[in-house]
Amino acid sequence: MSITVCNLTKFYGTEKAIDDISFDVKTGEILGFLGPNGAGKTTTMKIITCYMPPSAGTVEVDGYSIHEHSLEVRKKIGYLPELNPLYTDMNVVEYLDYAARLHGVDKAKLKQQINAMIEVCGLKEVRHKDIGELSKGYRQRVGLAQAMIHDPDVLILDEPTSGLDPNQIVEIRNLIRQLGRAKTVILSTHILSEVQATCDRVVIINDGKIVADGTPEQLQQEFRGAEAISLELKANVQNAMTDIFPKLKGLSHVESVEYIGGMDGVYKFSILATKGSDIRESLFRQAVSEQWVLLELSRKVTSLEEVFHKLTKN
Amino acid sequence: MNYKASLANISTIFRKELRSYFNSAVAYVVIVVFLAIVGWFHTSNLFLANVASLRLMFELIPVVFLFVIPAITMRLLSEEKKSGTIELLTTKPLHDIDIVFGKFLAAWALVGIALLLTLVYYLTIAALGDIDNGPVVGGYFGLLLMAGVYIGIGVLASSLTDNQVVAFIIGFVFVFIFFMLDKVLMYVPEGLTSIVEFLSVDYHFSNIARGVIDSRDVIYFLSLLGFTLYLTTLSLERRKW
Repeated sequence: MSITVCNLTKFYGTEKAIDDISFDVKTGEILGFLGPNGAGKTTTMKIITCYMPPSAGTVEVDGYSIHEHSLEVRKKIGYLPELNPLYTDMNVVEYLDYAARLHGVDKAKLKQQINAMIEVCGLKEVRHKDIGELSKGYRQRVGLAQAMIHDPDVLILDEPTSGLDPNQIVEIRNLIRQLGRAKTVILSTHILSEVQATCDRVVIINDGKIVADGTPEQLQQEFRGAEAISLELKANVQNAMTDIFPKLKGLSHVESVEYIGGMDGVYKFSILATKGSDIRESLFRQAVSEQWVLLELSRKVTSLEEVFHKLTKN
Repeated sequence: MNYKASLANISTIFRKELRSYFNSAVAYVVIVVFLAIVGWFHTSNLFLANVASLRLMFELIPVVFLFVIPAITMRLLSEEKKSGTIELLTTKPLHDIDIVFGKFLAAWALVGIALLLTLVYYLTIAALGDIDNGPVVGGYFGLLLMAGVYIGIGVLASSLTDNQVVAFIIGFVFVFIFFMLDKVLMYVPEGLTSIVEFLSVDYHFSNIARGVIDSRDVIYFLSLLGFTLYLTTLSLERRKW
């Protein structure tokens, strides 16, 4: 069940919320939709779920257009809106029953489907409690259960882990991972570790425009700067600045070397090498030939966080 | 358009809303207040007039409706807007009009139940004396139609705002206007009186309550009702503009 977003633009009054964005989500993929607050994530999701139409452009879900076949599209989608609105005066079973019926779940399968969702989402202990009495973690699970009650092929989750504590975040993430296996999922968030933990692909959006699209690894690769290496070694020398520093500096690909400090013959350096190079091997050989003892040699990987900052800082 | 699916959706929403009335205090408060007011004024005049008739009750209930119906309808859509559940509802595979119909019918059913309970007053009077059943049937039928129009107005008011109090006030004002139209005829320019009178809810109601069910009156109520529901659907779709 693929999703194709094509040249989507949305104005709120005169303000452009999203600006000509296009991307695809392939069947079975979990797509992380990333961006700072106000970047246009929620707007895009509201358009895909047919809550409101775009000013221009279109979305197709499994070949059905949101303009001509809105009902078909909505049938295929399970949606967890931002802030997870719920009917607080209904209990969990009543609410799931309501959602299932509105999704046209077959009457014969209704009970079975509700029970399955209660099982999967871990709602057994609270099934007859009013939703208003539930903790935030449970509410989020109810929201997810509601979104999946009709076993949709597509899940659209708008910040599914916002406001949860770290344990609950891990639980919900696992749940999404587990349930997302057979589904096409779009998940918005501004928590980057979440994307790394759950998503196959990332689309980063800023100011209504897509600024990056790829797997988390690809993005890290693409947007990393100079290679940073930290080095700690033990050497029998008089002065680190004169005896070690020039030799490190002389290695090929090295852009700069910073002496961090040292005592008792243990010295620390931070080295920047040209982008895409790996100087660890030549560092090692140098150390061997000089009879330095390597205590630490590590390369810092550009985190998705840094990619994000780079792309969304104005 | 798939009518079967629409009917199923309307019935789902109808049952949810009706249950929600009875789960909260709303239904009981409405019924008790309604019966208490109607009962008090009805019985206190019954022995004074010494006539076996429900005429007084049928004059009283439209006034009670003015307050009670906007109170019943005020939360129907405004609460969904406030809590954001409207987004859940409108992204389910159903037509906006199904939502409006379901909610309208639930409020109508609640008023219907309250009216049904006033049959107790009818029974007591019927036991006391000879009662002319024509106006009674007409009166109840007219009240139901009138309630339908008022509820339509109330639902429309509720769709305009996310604030229940505002929804109540808007609903009350419009219901009150329709109620007052035939009572201010003397201030209306001569050429307009017949139009204003025709627009008045009470004018058509009193026709029906006499026991004469004329299609013109019924059509008036149904078209006004349809119009309010149509406007409500448009108002729901406003998010798309």
